[in-house]
Amino acid sequence: MIRTEQELVSKIESCKSCLEKKFNGENGKRAIVICGGTGCLSSNAQQIIDNFQKGIVAHGLQDKVTVNKVGCFGFCSQGPFVKIFPEDTLYRGVTPEDVEEIIVKDLENNEIVERLLYVDPQTQEKIQKQDDITFYKKQHRVSLHGCGMINPEDINEALGYGAYEGLKKALTMTPQEVIDEVLKSGLRGRGGGGFPTGRKWQFALNQNSEQKYVVCNGDEGDPGAFMDRSILEGNPLAVIEGMAIAGYAIGAHDGYFYVRAEYPIAVERLRGAIKQATELGLLGENIYGSGFSFHVHIRLGAGAFVCGEETALLNSIEGQRGMPRPRPPFPAVKGLWGKPSIINNVETLACVPYILREGADKFATLGTEKSKGTKVFALGGKVNNVGLVEIPMGTTLRELIYEIGGGIPNGKKFKAIQTGGPSGGCLTEKDLDTPIDYDNLVALGSMMGSGGAIVMDEDNCMVDVAKFYMEFIYDESCGKCSPCRIGTKRILEILNKITDGKGSLEDLDELKELCETVRANSLCGLGQTAANPVLSTMAQFKDEYMAHVVDKTCPAHICKNLMQYVIQKEKCIGCGLCARQCPVGAIHKTDYVAPGKKLPAYEIDQDKCIKCGLCMASCKFGVIIKK
Amino acid sequence: MAKVNIKIEGQSYQVEEGLTILEAARECGYEIPTLCAFNHGECSLASCRVCLVEVKGARGLVASCVYPVNEGMEIIISSPKATAARRASVELLLSNHSLNCQQCDKNGHCELLYVAQITGAREGKFQGEKTPITIDQLTPSIVRDTSKCILCGRCVARCVSAHGTGILGFEKRGFNTIVAPAGNRSFGESPCILCGQCVNVCPTGALMEKSEIDRVDEAKKAGKYLVVQTAPAVRAALGEEFGMKIGTPVTGKMVAALRRLGFDKVYDTNFAADLTIMEEATELLGRIKNNGVLPMITSCSPGWVNYAEYYYGDQLDHLSSCKSPHQMQGAIIKSYFAEQKGIDPKNIFVVSIMPCTAKKAEAQRDQFIHDGMTDVDAVLTTRELAKLIKRSGINFVKLPDEEFDQDILGEYTGAGVIFGTTGGVMEAALRTAYYSLTGKEHEAIKFEAVRGMEGIKEADLEINGLNIKVAVASGMKNAKVLMDQIREGKSPYTFIEIMGCPGGCINGGGQPFVKPQFLPNEDLNILDTYKEKRAQALYSEDERQALRQSHNNTQVQELYAKFLGKPNSHKAHELLHTTYKARERFPEK
Amino acid sequence: MAHLSESAVKQIGEIISRYENEKTPLMMILSDIQREYGYIPLDVQEFISDKTGIPVAEIYGVVTFYSFFSLTPKGKYVIGVCLGTACYVKGSQQVIDKFAELLHIQPGQTTEDGLFTLDALRCIGACGIAPALTINGKVYPKVSVADVQKIVEEYKSLGGAN
Repeated sequence: MIRTEQELVSKIESCKSCLEKKFNGENGKRAIVICGGTGCLSSNAQQIIDNFQKGIVAHGLQDKVTVNKVGCFGFCSQGPFVKIFPEDTLYRGVTPEDVEEIIVKDLENNEIVERLLYVDPQTQEKIQKQDDITFYKKQHRVSLHGCGMINPEDINEALGYGAYEGLKKALTMTPQEVIDEVLKSGLRGRGGGGFPTGRKWQFALNQNSEQKYVVCNGDEGDPGAFMDRSILEGNPLAVIEGMAIAGYAIGAHDGYFYVRAEYPIAVERLRGAIKQATELGLLGENIYGSGFSFHVHIRLGAGAFVCGEETALLNSIEGQRGMPRPRPPFPAVKGLWGKPSIINNVETLACVPYILREGADKFATLGTEKSKGTKVFALGGKVNNVGLVEIPMGTTLRELIYEIGGGIPNGKKFKAIQTGGPSGGCLTEKDLDTPIDYDNLVALGSMMGSGGAIVMDEDNCMVDVAKFYMEFIYDESCGKCSPCRIGTKRILEILNKITDGKGSLEDLDELKELCETVRANSLCGLGQTAANPVLSTMAQFKDEYMAHVVDKTCPAHICKNLMQYVIQKEKCIGCGLCARQCPVGAIHKTDYVAPGKKLPAYEIDQDKCIKCGLCMASCKFGVIIKK
Repeated sequence: MAKVNIKIEGQSYQVEEGLTILEAARECGYEIPTLCAFNHGECSLASCRVCLVEVKGARGLVASCVYPVNEGMEIIISSPKATAARRASVELLLSNHSLNCQQCDKNGHCELLYVAQITGAREGKFQGEKTPITIDQLTPSIVRDTSKCILCGRCVARCVSAHGTGILGFEKRGFNTIVAPAGNRSFGESPCILCGQCVNVCPTGALMEKSEIDRVDEAKKAGKYLVVQTAPAVRAALGEEFGMKIGTPVTGKMVAALRRLGFDKVYDTNFAADLTIMEEATELLGRIKNNGVLPMITSCSPGWVNYAEYYYGDQLDHLSSCKSPHQMQGAIIKSYFAEQKGIDPKNIFVVSIMPCTAKKAEAQRDQFIHDGMTDVDAVLTTRELAKLIKRSGINFVKLPDEEFDQDILGEYTGAGVIFGTTGGVMEAALRTAYYSLTGKEHEAIKFEAVRGMEGIKEADLEINGLNIKVAVASGMKNAKVLMDQIREGKSPYTFIEIMGCPGGCINGGGQPFVKPQFLPNEDLNILDTYKEKRAQALYSEDERQALRQSHNNTQVQELYAKFLGKPNSHKAHELLHTTYKARERFPEK
Repeated sequence: MAHLSESAVKQIGEIISRYENEKTPLMMILSDIQREYGYIPLDVQEFISDKTGIPVAEIYGVVTFYSFFSLTPKGKYVIGVCLGTACYVKGSQQVIDKFAELLHIQPGQTTEDGLFTLDALRCIGACGIAPALTINGKVYPKVSVADVQKIVEEYKSLGGAN
């Protein structure tokens, strides 16, 4: 139990030196660090950890090596990761079977297991250290601080890695001074709209109320975004600390985490961190004797995207359907249970300890004039390096896609990058050199959103992409207000018509009008931005819409009713594998034998074909194509 | 209250701070089209998006029903952007609406059709699949047709605010959202009390009473002897259907209209109200004398009886065994009246004109069927009567005032009239109890303490040395307070009056709709005042009556002398009393 | 409520009593019941209503709003296929179609033997390992159509529907 600031300082000191010794081997032990994020755990990371633990005992290394589970490394497509300190060697794509080899070669004989090193796709060079990998070079960790470094289930590691230094500093300041610092940092909300965090806090501080609340929005729902999960899994105490600082700043003594039920590991680690912090006297009544009390509670979502909208989230905590409330009154005036409340997302709160610890000025050196600091993106889709990247605001899309992301796989051509999830839009080649920040993305017809960044190549149909997002929004619309409830349905119906090859030019006009109505008339942010993917693709890829509507073709061969699988007869060797794979018996032998081939070619009966694509996948000779 | 300066359409106004734009605009003489907004936010707030207006400096259009005015605000209702947006919201709603307006019972009162007209919504502008439809017509009282529901949430809010039972709720999500009792069950398979408050607030045809006009027509065609009786509250509101101001009593015109509609006898349920008092007062004094179950609770309101059977099945012995007045009257018509007039009761068709939807189901209760014959054969609401009058080409406003038939069941007292408002039964009972206990009339006649629109009223009376503590509640939310006291054995009362609808029958679920946009000649705050106005119409009729105590009704006395014997006699029990049965709330289907 | 077994009344009563001191505990109660009792039928909702005073229709509205709550029992193995953007562009639709074909059920349904429930999930945040699916919480990375049969067989062999 920590009862004074002095005790906190010495606790932090001892944790720090302990952690440093672990990393640089001064404790006479080497440290094996294994990624325990959701992605790696699903690729048997737990088995890897177990194998290390058993193997080390079997090899009698228990006095020389420690095994550590840490949070997400971010480079998910290359996981699971194993890192060895003090050499800082990074192994990727490790399987449980590889463990024995690592123990024997590296741990016993100090010999690097070359085949498990990362290979730079451009240079084919093997890279030993994480920081030398291009994916990591341009990154700058602020909100992902500690992720992939510390054991998220051990509060001592967090305390040794900067935790509570921000809160300790904040508690020496007045609440107004804390808010001024946050204002000075230029921090804006990382969950979507980018509202200045300090201003939100100021509204809440200005309210005269005995009871106020801090709510952390962990209902990360944008398809393609998982930074909040990784932060909660990798360094939950940082978010708790950010929440406590916010509580001190606005005069709240209770904080509520609202986390998606889909994130069981994040919730478990959050619970663990709260428990450990409470036991140490770092949460609860009179935190380390500072006179400031702060209690943290967890509420789970239950599968409703709209609950990421802050007023819907409040309703959900209050046991209601997650239907948004009209604003005003704003939550800062009348929020949770009618009391002044601030709602900040996970990544935003994770930035707060950094700002207090390192100073607003340092934070503000990162980023652009109006968007300070860093932003975490979940880079995905048709890009070589898939994963979480934290980059300073102002990094260009080109750097993101081609340097960090390693470019487009299989030599395909880049078509667009979708940011902002179902609320955002698509950016194309011409936008690639734009520095990424809140205002630039909005100016280009997209938005930052929570940081999903999905890369599309020439094989993606943009009408299909728009339809995908509209289906999502239609599914997730709460149904409260009529423009969103009915409008998204009508939009989806027209998109279906178009992708079915039944659309007309009038439908395109109607589509645009509907989109604009839904945007202008809807109650909450979900509805107001619901049409963005459609409007954006209509603006950027007019030709693709026209191809669907006028020529009745899908240029990317995605829309099933507008494409065919075709066997190139003159290349077919007649092996019949495709015919055996076809689930509906749509492929049959012909009389035609291609020149130089021995067996008759096959062909596809288009009337029977259900366009499942199994034939194309099964053909070993690339004879089947989409047309 | 502080004032703020605002501009609407470029004109300067001073309005109260804290008003919404919609309210402020109304004060200034503008009517912004709206659908969901109702009675100080008794709805799913800001959901229909029809009331959008432009506010200078605001990021987008704002919903005027929730957006508060502030100093210097400039509001533009007529901007092309706002006008188009309002129209589009309505057009989207219409695209998910079953458009059979001619057959719709709400036609003429439909707020959707009204805003469609004034926003210029184009039919078929948007088209597509519609939300799956449920039509519930299982109960005799209310029809729910989700194809006409616009999810304004007024009914949901009203059910909670009136009764706390919250029978209706939003179900599912997004385009599949419907408003329904839990599990999209029928009202008849849920603990719905069938009061019809939801019908009163529904802007469209999604909730309506189940019409029985056809049954009356058939009886007429079959040559039945048609006897009609009208509840007291009907006269206080029927005029509204013909453009008369709220609170105008129209007893004489109503009687004239009924006669012209071909009813052979036009009686007033007030006769039976007086009869009820005789029976109920006797029952009460009996319970007091014989240490019977107390407090005794009135049983006039079928909504309340339903509630008691669903939620207080263990406390039903507190309910008076008296049938409700129109059931008593029906029973008397088919026995005493038939006997006196020499008509075969099987040939008599009794129609009750009621302010109530629950009465429709009440008339079909098993307890009210004897020898295959119901006490009452059809129940029409006040609204259905108005339809019947309009259909028959009767110019209601021009009708002369006529008197109810004055033969054997014609007389009524002021005590009977006030049954139609909360506290009325109690006051009527007290007038008679006072006489019973003191042998003289209560001089003031009035019992002020039990008048008014509060949800729970109580009074301490000392009559001839006997202390009686009474309470009056309307709306089941309030009834629950008194019932929980009883269940816990802590009720201090001797006698309780409970009415299903807030304010009593004058605000019944079968009464004319109070929709401010259709009532240009009423005050802006009419939703706050209509109940008092209707109640006042009844109190004024009470004051005009020569007889004001039920025990002074000579025809009731004659009924006892000639037929029933005395109050609570064996015969009276057979005809005028009933039983209750606990009911399962969500019976297995 | 009359239809609830004594043990169910006890179990659900215990869950409700956990949150006696919480303001607005409905979501927590429902989450726990869903997890521990398996589903939230109407008679359970009626019981919650009795204990908390929240109208049944309101509870029903909440249960049907959130996709995690279920009115009917789920299968012993709940297969959730992620249809988030990253998974979708990598072919998760074909994966879920294959499950539907093999199990003869549509997404949202449970097999007759009570063994499997097939759910379409919105993004589960496992985009780095797309297309992903979860079975009773266990995440399967980079699933292809060809893997589906094997996965189904694996769980069928575990069997044990109850």
